[in-house]
Amino acid sequence: MAKAYKEKKTIGGTKTKVLTVLSTGLFAVLCFLIAFPLLAGLVASFRPGTELIRKGLNVNLDISTMSLNNYVYLFGGNGGAEDSAKYFMWFKNSLFLTVVTVVLTLIICYFIAYGLTMYEYKLKNFLFFLVIATMMVPFEILMLPLYREIIALKLIDSMWGVILPGLCSASTIFFFRQYMTGLPKELLDAGRIDGATEYGICVKIMLPITKPAFASMAILSSMGAWNNMLWPMLVFRSAEKFTLPIGLNTLLTPYGNNYDVLIAGSMFSIVPVLIVFFAFQKYFIDGMTAGAVKG
Amino acid sequence: MENNKKSGAFKKFLYSQKTAPYVFVIPFILSFCIFWIYPLISTIIMSFQDIEPTATTFVGLDNYTKLLKDTAFHQAIRNSALYMFLTLVLLIPFPMLFAVLMDSRLVKAKGVWKAVLYIPALTSVVISGTLFRLMFSEYDTGFANQVLEFFNQSPIKWLKMYPTSYFALLVLCCWRWTGVNMLYFLSGLKSIDKSLYESADIDGATPWQKFWLVTFPLLKPTTVYVLTISVYAGLAMFLESFMLWAGNSSPNNIGLTIVGYLYKRGIEKNQLGYASAVGLVLLIIALAINMVQLLLNGTFKKEER
Repeated sequence: MAKAYKEKKTIGGTKTKVLTVLSTGLFAVLCFLIAFPLLAGLVASFRPGTELIRKGLNVNLDISTMSLNNYVYLFGGNGGAEDSAKYFMWFKNSLFLTVVTVVLTLIICYFIAYGLTMYEYKLKNFLFFLVIATMMVPFEILMLPLYREIIALKLIDSMWGVILPGLCSASTIFFFRQYMTGLPKELLDAGRIDGATEYGICVKIMLPITKPAFASMAILSSMGAWNNMLWPMLVFRSAEKFTLPIGLNTLLTPYGNNYDVLIAGSMFSIVPVLIVFFAFQKYFIDGMTAGAVKG
Repeated sequence: MENNKKSGAFKKFLYSQKTAPYVFVIPFILSFCIFWIYPLISTIIMSFQDIEPTATTFVGLDNYTKLLKDTAFHQAIRNSALYMFLTLVLLIPFPMLFAVLMDSRLVKAKGVWKAVLYIPALTSVVISGTLFRLMFSEYDTGFANQVLEFFNQSPIKWLKMYPTSYFALLVLCCWRWTGVNMLYFLSGLKSIDKSLYESADIDGATPWQKFWLVTFPLLKPTTVYVLTISVYAGLAMFLESFMLWAGNSSPNNIGLTIVGYLYKRGIEKNQLGYASAVGLVLLIIALAINMVQLLLNGTFKKEER
């Protein structure tokens, strides 16, 4: 009896081991496939850009043909001063736009979500319904009338034209609200007894305990702003205002001679994103999946 | 004195518990009116108009009747619908399976895999689109053709014909979203009560039964969420095609999507009225599909309870 049990256990053990190796192997293969295009792009960025455009992206690990020339050029060496200045102007624009967008979006969406969570009043549910309704219409449909509106408001080719329409982001409001419903409302009454005003309570008592939600949303919306392309592409017209995605896209013309900047610049533009991602990975996943659980 | 009293009363009003919530939500109300309701209504009105730089004329249903005969538009709808359908088929079951595996004790080094799988979602579509376009290059030195060569096949012009163009588009899409969808399902799995699996174990359920009878039904809210956003993302896809074909035109419109057509008519050709009609057709299709999907999933019933 005891022997039979033991045998069964070892068989089960081997089976589990095989399954462990198989499933871990599956993920290893999957991750290799996922990482492959980026790795191939990285390797290609050490070869002349024209070669990449002419031959397509492939795997060529011949180290003798690799050099740091593209990156030297990107940072202004080898006579690349002009292109380098252009690239880092886009980089700076992207950075500035991202920071302004994120700071304003978070502050405003926090207040809105606060108003939609912490009080009981007649229009509350209706207003929240409107927030959800804005999520039901894809942005692409509103793109044309918004474009006309931005022209009429004289906001075309300006940062505000890019930022304002997306400022009250429904998903950010939704996430803040989700987080705040879990906070104790007794804190509000405690604050009132201590003589704090409604706005004082919001900023001095509730805001500090909402910090984790701020962290998640900051990371998520900065990724969105950094990579945003469609709307900025419509609003920005002058090359000195372009952000990285639009700027890199202009280098893609068939008659271009800037492919070195294109490939090295593309790879380099992923760096800040990766740094933020690996530094704050936990907040990332929290923020992203908030909608999916309670949906 | 009088003035002081007034401002005091105003202050009291502004600081009262009844007014405060409205002050908090004012930005939303403003933004909702200016950047949502107004453009939505104006796009509906524009879809019944012919808009020239000098004059705007009301043309009734003309834009819509023209759409009925517009073969490029039909092609765009076919492309977007097929793309949406295929992404649903690929980007729901597989990420779900990966999430279940990832949630089990069978996989080691989970943190590494999760991080790598998420990276594509962080890269701008400009970069990923360009990389994939170059991988699916028509020259025999491109990666996709090198793979074919390895299997002794002759190189093909991937992005210039059906169905290989679709294949490239789907590979790009799966590359970008598999990890994200897996994370959604993973967070859904985390909310399932573990004791249910223990009782299933006591009842002697096989892993297969546990999946179909416990995991799958309890994962439904997440599945409905992923399904909803995938329907929208699939139908409204534009930039992937824009980048894969380096601009908004592809041979015989094989990469044209509904939003691509809206962009072409509205931005490139400046036919705002006609493009608005395209947008509204897209909106109606998207809402209809999601309504049907939500009704079938019984989402509304649950809320009425």
